[in-house]
This record gives sequence, structure tokens and C-alpha cells, in this order.
Amino acid sequence: MPVTATSPRLPLPRERLRHLELLTHGLDSAGLWWLSGYTAGLAARENSAPDAHVATEPETGARLAIVYGSQTGNSKRIAEQLQRQVETAGLAVRLLRADAYPVRELAKERLLYVVISTQGDGDPPDDARGFIDFLASRRAPKLESLSFAVLGLGDSSYPQFCVVGRKLDARLAELGATRLFAFGEADLDVDTIAEPWTQKALTHAREMLKAPASATNVTPLRPHAESATWSAARPFEAEVLVNQRLTAGDGGKDVRHLEIDLAGSGLDYEPGDALGIVPRNPGPLVEAVLDALHLDGATATAHAGATHSLREWLTSKRELTRLNRPLVAALAQRSGDPALQALLQPEHADALRALFENHQPIDLLQKYPASWSGDMLVATLRPLAPRLYSIASSRAAVEDEVHLAVAHVEYATAAGTRWGAASHWLATREEGDAIEVYLERNERFRLPGDPDRDVIMIGPGTGVAPFRAFVQHRAAIGARGRNWLLFGNPHFRSDFLYQVEWQAALRDGSLHRMDVAFSRDQAAKLYVQHRLREHGRDVFDWLENGAHLYVCGATAMARDVEDALRDVIMKHGAGDADAAGEYIATLREQHRYARDVY
Amino acid sequence: MNEPSDLERIKRESRHLRGSLRESLADPITGALHADDVQLLKFHGGYQQDDRDVREARRLAKLEPDYSFFLRLRLPGGVLTPAQWLAMDAMAQRYGTRGLRLTTRQTIQTHGIRKVDLRAAAQAIHACGLDTIAACGDDNRNVVAAVNPLLSRLHAQIFGQAQALSAHLRPKSRAWYETWLDEPATDGNEAEPLLGDTYLPRKFKIGFAVPPDNDIDVFSQDVGLVAIVADGELAGYDVLVGGGMGASHGNTRTYPRMASPIGFITPDQVTALAEAALTLQRDHGDRSDRAHARFKYTVDDHGLPWIKAEVERRAGFALRPSRGFEFAQRGDRFGWRRGEDGRWHLGLRIPFGRVQDKAGVTRQTGMREVAALLAGRAPDAQIRLTPNQNALVAGVPAELREPIDAIVATHDLALHRASSRLALNTIACVALPTCGLAMAESERWMPTFLPRLQALLDRHGLHGEPIDLRVSGCPNGCSRPYLAEVALIGKAPGRYNLMLGGDHRGQRMNALYRENITEPAILAALDGLLARFAAERETGEHFGDFLVRTGVVMPRDSREAAA
Ligand code: SRM
Ligand SMILES: Cc1cc2nc3c(=O)[nH]c(=O)nc-3n(C[C@H](O)[C@H](O)[C@H](O)COP(=O)(O)OP(=O)(O)OC[C@H]3O[C@@H](n4cnc5c(N)ncnc54)[C@H](O)[C@@H]3O)c2cc1C
Ligand SMILES: Cc1cc2nc3c(=O)[nH]c(=O)nc-3n(C[C@H](O)[C@H](O)[C@H](O)COP(=O)(O)O)c2cc1C
Ligand code: SF4
Repeated sequence: MPVTATSPRLPLPRERLRHLELLTHGLDSAGLWWLSGYTAGLAARENSAPDAHVATEPETGARLAIVYGSQTGNSKRIAEQLQRQVETAGLAVRLLRADAYPVRELAKERLLYVVISTQGDGDPPDDARGFIDFLASRRAPKLESLSFAVLGLGDSSYPQFCVVGRKLDARLAELGATRLFAFGEADLDVDTIAEPWTQKALTHAREMLKAPASATNVTPLRPHAESATWSAARPFEAEVLVNQRLTAGDGGKDVRHLEIDLAGSGLDYEPGDALGIVPRNPGPLVEAVLDALHLDGATATAHAGATHSLREWLTSKRELTRLNRPLVAALAQRSGDPALQALLQPEHADALRALFENHQPIDLLQKYPASWSGDMLVATLRPLAPRLYSIASSRAAVEDEVHLAVAHVEYATAAGTRWGAASHWLATREEGDAIEVYLERNERFRLPGDPDRDVIMIGPGTGVAPFRAFVQHRAAIGARGRNWLLFGNPHFRSDFLYQVEWQAALRDGSLHRMDVAFSRDQAAKLYVQHRLREHGRDVFDWLENGAHLYVCGATAMARDVEDALRDVIMKHGAGDADAAGEYIATLREQHRYARDVY
Repeated sequence: MNEPSDLERIKRESRHLRGSLRESLADPITGALHADDVQLLKFHGGYQQDDRDVREARRLAKLEPDYSFFLRLRLPGGVLTPAQWLAMDAMAQRYGTRGLRLTTRQTIQTHGIRKVDLRAAAQAIHACGLDTIAACGDDNRNVVAAVNPLLSRLHAQIFGQAQALSAHLRPKSRAWYETWLDEPATDGNEAEPLLGDTYLPRKFKIGFAVPPDNDIDVFSQDVGLVAIVADGELAGYDVLVGGGMGASHGNTRTYPRMASPIGFITPDQVTALAEAALTLQRDHGDRSDRAHARFKYTVDDHGLPWIKAEVERRAGFALRPSRGFEFAQRGDRFGWRRGEDGRWHLGLRIPFGRVQDKAGVTRQTGMREVAALLAGRAPDAQIRLTPNQNALVAGVPAELREPIDAIVATHDLALHRASSRLALNTIACVALPTCGLAMAESERWMPTFLPRLQALLDRHGLHGEPIDLRVSGCPNGCSRPYLAEVALIGKAPGRYNLMLGGDHRGQRMNALYRENITEPAILAALDGLLARFAAERETGEHFGDFLVRTGVVMPRDSREAAA
């Protein structure tokens, strides 16, 4: 992939650039990322004697390090924004993804900003595991000379809201570093908190680092053609071409195959990317909320400088299906219900988690009557967040279309049917309807740059979506590496997503191996991780042979799969748990083990 | 001779019916078998099918068709012990979806078995001393024998011959045991002395009739044996060859044909005669055009005299002149009757052979309770299946009649008490949704169609008239429609050919009366004819005979009788 002048403001002379091209040509992303880490390391050591192009102040050598840990790209985006601002302010800065950061340099570091999200059930993003583990470990050095600030990204509908960032913030202080300003806790409406945080960060950086003439940084080798043209704030209006149920039989799961027309958007996605959907809440739900609170949907309601009818606020501007801490707190306070208040105490974290998983705001609004004004409601509810869906197609195969596999969240409660906002919005779109979309890049979930590499894809349920894109793509470019897919779902008959496509792929050789686990077709539950263990020998051989391993789907599944993977490596790699852990860590560093979990 | 059909290749390469069945069964990505194995499975008594009702929906959903299988028992003479009935009932409940289906060849089919359950189902069958070998495929099919409840000694004798013949003519390959049981796989180089390495060109059917009953429709069999009884003793059999029902719309090379008499044999000559006819067909049957591969075409292509001579040459004896016989009826006898041995027999009407608990009707439970009662108190009693898709509880000690009557009453099995002759005599094939060849509904249509036809009969004062109606969803004729007084043969969804003029003993084929008409047109046509029948019939005259006498249809040479 060419690193030409398309890369923003390369601080390299032309002939060096050519060398760089020679060096990087044909490298897969693993190699490239390693290289970026390596050059980062060099750059760091340049402190005392910067070369002509790294014009930092020799005597201070002071330079800002921005480190990010990001699963779906938000933290990365914020970190990059900060980097640009710092650069334009003419300060020396380097931007590093957490796993590219040479941790042994922490002790020497003067100024560090960390932007990091919380994943899973309070876990770090995959790319920050090493970084976090190191800092948590006893190997972590004293950091007297370090000043820092941390921005945590999270989602307050998760009980473990922003814990990774918060713990990191505390730990750095514990190690003796100086906290420049308070930990930032960004919810899904990231910028509300991120904007002010970056401003503070900039100011402090200005104070600490004397502005040199020109700045340097490690330019990401992969020039990300900004998908920023369309965003959650400014989505593209796309037409639904197909909305087809993929599951059979009534009852059971309702998974939809959507084909969406991106023509004219200029959106140029790659396998592994996700599509952001800006949903609207179910009409019946909006009415139910209005009824429950005896509010009139027509009332013009103003909030944060915008005025809409209350109905409009609730339909397209506010989160109505996901609970979150602030909302529960507000409900507890308004209804004065002791049980609800108790739930918010740390010791009831599990109960709260269960509540978040099994209830929606409407359930509580109906259960805990309290008087609400429209303004209060709009002020309390969180902005409606877009949802992400793994892209299930390759442009090489479908050109201007994008395909999704969407599990329709729909379930019955005593009080009536409940829906998931986005999946219901999508499941009920008809062909010809318009929906608002944007592209969410995922550089961490990429096919090997080297088409001869084998890939193992583990994607039960809708987790299979990106692998449809992978297989389509590898077929289209004539990749010679083997493709092995592991899929699972409740029932063979009704839930075998894209069954005939996989059968065709196996026939025409674009898929080399497929193993399935249908959990409810026999007495004993059976999942992909069982298959992984069952075929452990082959899995290990493939990995030894350089295969890349991908996991996509539910968070809990990904955890079980990783346990199985560890066992497999212990068994067949004949090592102990630590050795297996190392093995997996290495896979991760080499970007041969990528996960996309939700 | 032209190119052999592809099935001949499949048979030849199959290592005596093994093919890649084991691999097919193990493939987790599909509920189907590999193409060649689909054909081989038939020789094992199984059929791959899919639910045609949901085909289109699943195609759109990117799901393969909803594949399932039926297994058909090899059950010569249709005789089960009560214990075997219970075992089959349990198997069907566990692995099947549509209960037990009594067929027109006296056996049981279980539909809706998933590929993953096939082995377990076959093992359950084997565990009760039964198998499904050669129940379908190009081999000797289930040997049928008159149910014949009264003459128990004669029945035992003929049933014995049917069983022996079925065992003698079945494939010798161990493929069935290796595929379905845990018998270790071999390279399959055993010999097939009788059937040969490529088996028969087509299915081959043998049946034993005992006058005055023609319940097996002896004229529809490839080889029919009609018992000749002289003062209570079995003297031997009149031999008929070349019967068959199947035809294809618009293919003049295909037609139903009534078996032709070629002579008389003694009971000890049965095996040799059957071997002779079967090997003759094996060597001279058409192996290139499967539509023209049945024995009946071999007979017509070579002419009866040559066939007779060739059979005699192969059998090693000359046939004696036919003795001749008279049939009085073909339908089943229902209700209790006392056999010569003092045991009792209960004939039960099972509409279209479907023994299934459904929509409040609990016949499967009823039959289970009857079988359980017998298994406990009269284990030597039998449950016999009739070629008219009905069941006979045979050999019941007098004291069990009352408890059985009680069960039968509670589970809607006493239809013979209430139903009209029409409801009792009608045969309908399976057809949709499982049959891959169905062009129109059959079994599923009867519950709506029969009452409407009955209403016509009633209107013309013919309520109890024993008209026999046979319905097939396509011209293959699984309900043996061409031998019925009134037949409906599917052409397209909701459309049928109306055939009229067969006789009630199954001794004359019907002829096409109206082509490709819908239910209203069918009822309209019959309305007029029944009105005339009611007005102009001679005393005791049957509907079919009336239609021929009055020239409504011409009894024709069987060749043209095809739909
Ligand atoms: C179950 C049964 C009908 C019933 O309602 O009881 C039946 C059902 C089928 N018959 Fe039949 N035939 C059945 C008795 C008959 C009879 C009557 C008889 O044998 O007394 C005939 C007419 C006699 C004859 O063979 O000529 C009969 C002539 C056919 C034919 C036409 C054969 C021919 O050479 O013309 C076919 C189609 C074929 O073989 O290509 C056929 C094919 C079929 C298949 C297997 C369809 C297929 O090949 O894909 C049907 C399965 C439907 C299903 O879903 O169950 N079936 N079939 C009968 C099972 C008999 C048994 O237990 O072995
Ligand atoms: C990177 C990424 C990729 C993704 N890819 C896909 C994909 O390819 N396909 C896909 O389908 N999804 C995918 N998702 C998940 C998707 O983004 C949404 O989270 C999911 O569709 C649910 O969103 P929703 O708006 O329909 O439901 P929401 O409105 O967000 O949630 C509904 C609420 O209802 C409650 N609830 C849900 N189910 C029940 C139940 N059974 N009983 C009681 N309460 C319940 C819960 O409290 C839940 O919060 C992905 C997510 C990420 C982050
Ligand atoms: C599968 C999954 C699990 C998550 N778990 C948590 C969590 O436990 N706590 C939290 O605060 N946020 C959680 N989040 C929300 C993310 O932290 C939030 O979307 C953040 O904006 C992602 O930033 P990133 O793109 O830099 O990873 C989770 C998100 C996903 C997709
Ligand atoms: S007659 Fe035709 S439709 Fe009926 S079962 Fe036989 S093959 Fe199927």
C-alpha cells in the first residue's frame, strides 16, 4: 500500500519516501504496525539528537505522547483530533496506539495523555491489554517525572461505566505521576465531554512544552481516507434495497439480511468495517412513554438551544430503549423508591447489570410513577446513540451496496412487546425506504495484507457477518490462503445464516473448511468453543502456519472462545497457562488475533 | 441398446449400494445427502424429500430446502406383532413428524425424519426384528399378500411363502447393516447372485391374492399369484405377469397395464417361478429409459408367448394351464369377524393410512393402546396392514373384544360404524407436501372433497353406495387409480383428470372422462352421472359397470387408458 504524498504532511524528503515505500511495499498490517512501533521507538530515542527533520528543542526535548486504546475507533478519533490541534499549536507530539507504545519508556516520559475506552464487561480494548496489564503489574516503574491526564470513553448503560479509564487514571497517580486535570468520563455522546477535555489538554500541553518551530510525529503508515465526510452527526441518507428474513419458522430468532444502496455516498468501506445506523425509536414506544407520564407529544420542548415537539425529541433525539445510571438515579430520586435507590449502591452492581440487560426505561417509568415534565424528561434522557453493524459484504463483490445481518431485538413482556431501537428500525424498513448511515472504520479487524495467509474465522450468530465480507473479498481478489469458518446458532434448520452461500463457497473452493455448532439440536448444549477444542490440533497447526484468527459476535462468546483457544495452545503447543498467554499476546501484537465483539 | 441411464452408473459404482452414504450422513453443512447417495438410499428403504410448502420461503431466506426423509419397512404380507407396532410407534413419535403412514403395499412409512436421526431410527427398526431393505429402489419391493382374516390356516401358509420370497429375493449386500448399524465397513465385494451388480432396471412387485378377495389388486402387480384352493387346501397359483399402474402425462410409451395370466404353478414352484421372472426382467428390462423400464413394457416389447417360454426355460419347468378364478370384492371388511380358529379379527378404517394424533383425533394413541393391550394379554395376536391403507387387528381372543372396543370407541377408530361406503373405500396417495412428484393434493384434500362428494350421493339417494374412489396426486398411480370405478389423477394444483368405468373387483381399467378439471367441474360432472345412475341403474349394478353399460365411457385397451 503506497505511502505517497497522499499521507498528510510527511516530514520526509522525497528520496527517503521512496526507501520507505520499498521497505513497506507488500508488508501486511502486522508488519506495518510493528514498523510504526519501531520508528516510534527510534523517534523517542532521538530526544538528545534530533535529525534535521525532527526539530524539537534539544535542551528540553520535551514532547507530548498521546496514547489511545480503542475498539471501535472513537478513542482513536479523539486522540487524532488532539494530535492535530497540538501539532498546529506547533508542539512536539507523537500519537501511539497503546500496543505500539514502548512501555519501558514510560519512566522517561514527561507528558502523557491517554484516551481509552472500556469494552466487554469492564475490559480494556484489545489493543490496550498489554499496556494496561503492564501498568497494573508490579513491573510498572515509578513515574515521578510524568504528568498525565486520562479521558475515558464508555457507555453509561453498562454498569462498569468507563472503569478502564478511571482505574488507569488512579493507577498513574499511584505510581507517582502528576495528574494535570480531572479524569474525563465520556458517554456515548462522546464529544460533550471530549471537546472540553481536549481543550484543557491543549492548554496544559502549551504550558508544559515550549513551542518549537515545527513539530514531528509518527504519521500513521496507513493513510485513512477520511470516512469523516459522513458521520453520526452528519449521516448519509441511503436507500434500503432488500430486507429479507434469514431465519425460518415462526417464534425463534428473527435475523434480517439488509442490502443498502451507498451509490453517491463515496463511502468506500473495507471488509471488517462497520456501518453506523442512526435509528428512530418505535412509534408505539414513544406513545407508551407519553401515556405513562401523561405528557402531550405535541408540546414544543426546548433543550440545549434546540426546540422540537416532545414527540420528535423522543422519536429521533433521545435514547428510549437503553437504561443507564443517570436515568436510574433520576428515577430513584423522583419516585423516591428505596429499592431503586439501593440498586445504585456498589454492592448491588450485579442486580443493576441484570436490570440494564432485561429492562428498558419504559418498564421503569411504568413501574415507578413520578411526575415528569417534558423538559425534565428530555434533559434526563441521553441523546439517541447510533448503533453499529458489521458490514457483511465486500465492495469487490457488491460494488455500491452494503449488506448487513441484523438480529431483530423483539421480545414480549407482561406490559407489551419491546423492541431494540435500531434493529427494529431496520427490521421494519421496506425496500425503497431511506435510512441514515455512516461508515465506522475498524483498522484492527482486517484481512491479512498477504493473500496467501490462512484465516480462521469464528463467528456464531450475527458474528458471521464480517466473515461473509471476508470470504467474498478473498474470492474476488483470488487470495490463495485457506479460509476456515466456525459458525454456531440455536438450530440447524431455522438459524443457519447464509447456509446456501456457505455451501456454494465450499463447492467452488472460496471457503475451505466450515465447522458448525447448533446449540439446541441435541440434549447437551454445543457451542463454537467446543468445536475449537474438538479440532484443537488443526487450529494450532493453522496458527503455527501463520494463520490469522478472527472472532466476532457476543462478548461472552468471545471470552469462552479465548479460554478454549488458551486450552488448545496449552494442549498442542505443550506449554503452561503462562506460555499460552504469551502465545496469544504475541498473536495479538502481530495482529494475527483480532476480535470484534458486542 | 441406447446409453444406460445415469442410475445404472450410480448402481455400478456403488460397491453394492454403499456409495458415500456414510460420508453423506456425516456432512454437517447440509440436511441432504450427496446426489448419488439420494438414489442409493432408496435401496435401503429411505427417501430424501423436502417440505414443498416452505420451499420458496426458504430459498429467499438463503436456507436450503427443509430436507427430511421417510423410512419404509420391508414387511411382507403386512404383518406386525403388537410389540413391533409399539416399537414403530415409539420410533415415529421420537424421530418422525407425521405419525405412522400405512401404505398401499401393506407397510409403514415414517415421514419427516432428519438426516441426523436416520441411523437411530433405522436401529430402532432393526431392534424389533424388522428392516427397510429394498422397500424402495430397483429391486423386489414389499411382497403383498391377501389379508384374508377368516381362513387363518391358508393365510399362515401364504404369508409364509410371501415372507420366504421377500427374504430370498432381497439384496445380499451387507450395505444396509454397515450403513445403519455398527457393522464394520467392508469394500463391498460380496456377490449378488440374483439381482446382479446393477440390481434391477426398475422396481419389481410381487403379490399373492386369495379369491374371493382381490384386496392386493393382483392385476397391478409385476407378478401376481392367485391362490387356487381346492376343497380347503392350497392347490397352487394362477400366475399373472406384467401388471403396473404408472404412466407419465403425455408420454405415450408409458401406460397402466393389467397383468396377464400365463399359467398355473404348485406352491413348491413359487420360488423358481419368481426367480425366473425377476432374472428375465433383470436381463431384458430397459436400462436406458427409466420411464419404460418396468416389467410390463418388457412383456409388451417381447410378447406374452416369448415371455412365457423364457420364464419356463429359466424356471426349468413348464407352466400348467391357468385354472381360472373369480373375485367378489376388493375393499376391506370392517368390524369384528370370527375366524375358523375361533379367534376374532377387527377391521379398522384408517383414513388414507395416516395414523397420527392431530386436531383432536387420537388414532395413534388408540392404536398404541390396542397394541399395548395385546402385547400384554395376547402377544401372538397380529396387527395386519391392508393394501387399502387400513389396519386389521387379527387373532384376538374373545375376552379382549370388549376392552378393545372401548379403546377403539374413545379414539375415533370405529369409523366403520358411522361412515358411508365411500368414506370407507376411498384410497388417496400421500402427495403433498412430501412427495416430490406430486402435481396436485391428494391425501390432504380428501377431508374437504369427500364430504362434498358424499353430499351428492346423499342427494341422489345413494348414501350407502359402495363406489370406490381412488385419488393420486400424479399419474404414477400409487393409489392404483386406473383400476377404480372413479379416479382423480393430479395434473396441476387443483386440477385433475377424471377417470371412470373401472370395476369394483379391480378386473377392468377405467378410461379418461374429463381432462384437467377443477373440483367444481369434477362435482358437476359426477352430479349428472350419479343422477342418471340413481334413475337408470339395474338392480345391484355397480356405478362403474353402469357407466360402461350405458356407454358413458368405453372400456378400452389398457394402452390408451393412460391419463
Ligand atoms: C406410500 C405410497 C402411496 C400411499 O399413499 O400408500 C407411495 C408413495 C410414493 N410412490 Fe408409489 N407409493 C405407493 C404405492 C405405489 C403403487 C401401488 C402398489 O404398488 O400396489 C404404485 C402402482 C403400481 C406400480 O408400481 O405400477 C406406485 C407407483 C409409483 C410410481 C410409478 C412407477 C412406474 O414404474 O410407473 C412412482 C414413480 C417412480 O417410481 O418413478 C412412485 C413413487 C412414489 C414416491 C416414492 C415418490 C417418489 O418417487 O419421489 C412416493 C412417496 C410419497 C411420500 O411422500 O410418501 N410410485 N406406488 C405407496 C407405498 C407402497 C409401498 O409400501 O411400497
Ligand atoms: C462493532 C459492532 C458490530 C456489531 N455488529 C452487529 C451485527 O452485525 N448484527 C447485529 O445484529 N448486531 C450487531 N451489533 C450490535 C448492534 O450494534 C446493536 O447493539 C444491537 O442491534 C441492539 O441494538 P438495538 O438498538 O436494536 O437494541 P437497543 O435499543 O440498544 O437495546 C434494547 C434493550 O432491550 C433490552 N433487551 C434486549 N433484549 C432483551 C430481552 N430478550 N429481554 C429483556 N430485555 C431485553 C436491553 O436492555 C437492551 O438494552 C454490533 C455492535 C458493535 C459494537
Ligand atoms: C461489546 C461492548 C462492550 C462495552 N462495554 C462497556 C463497559 O463495560 N463499560 C463502558 O463504560 N462502556 C462499554 N462499552 C461502550 C464503549 O466503551 C463505547 O462505545 C466507546 O465509545 C467505544 O470507544 P472506542 O471506539 O474507542 O472503543 C462497550 C461497547 C461494546 C461494543
Ligand atoms: S401418485 Fe404421484 S403424487 Fe401420489 S404419492 Fe405417488 S408419486 Fe406421489
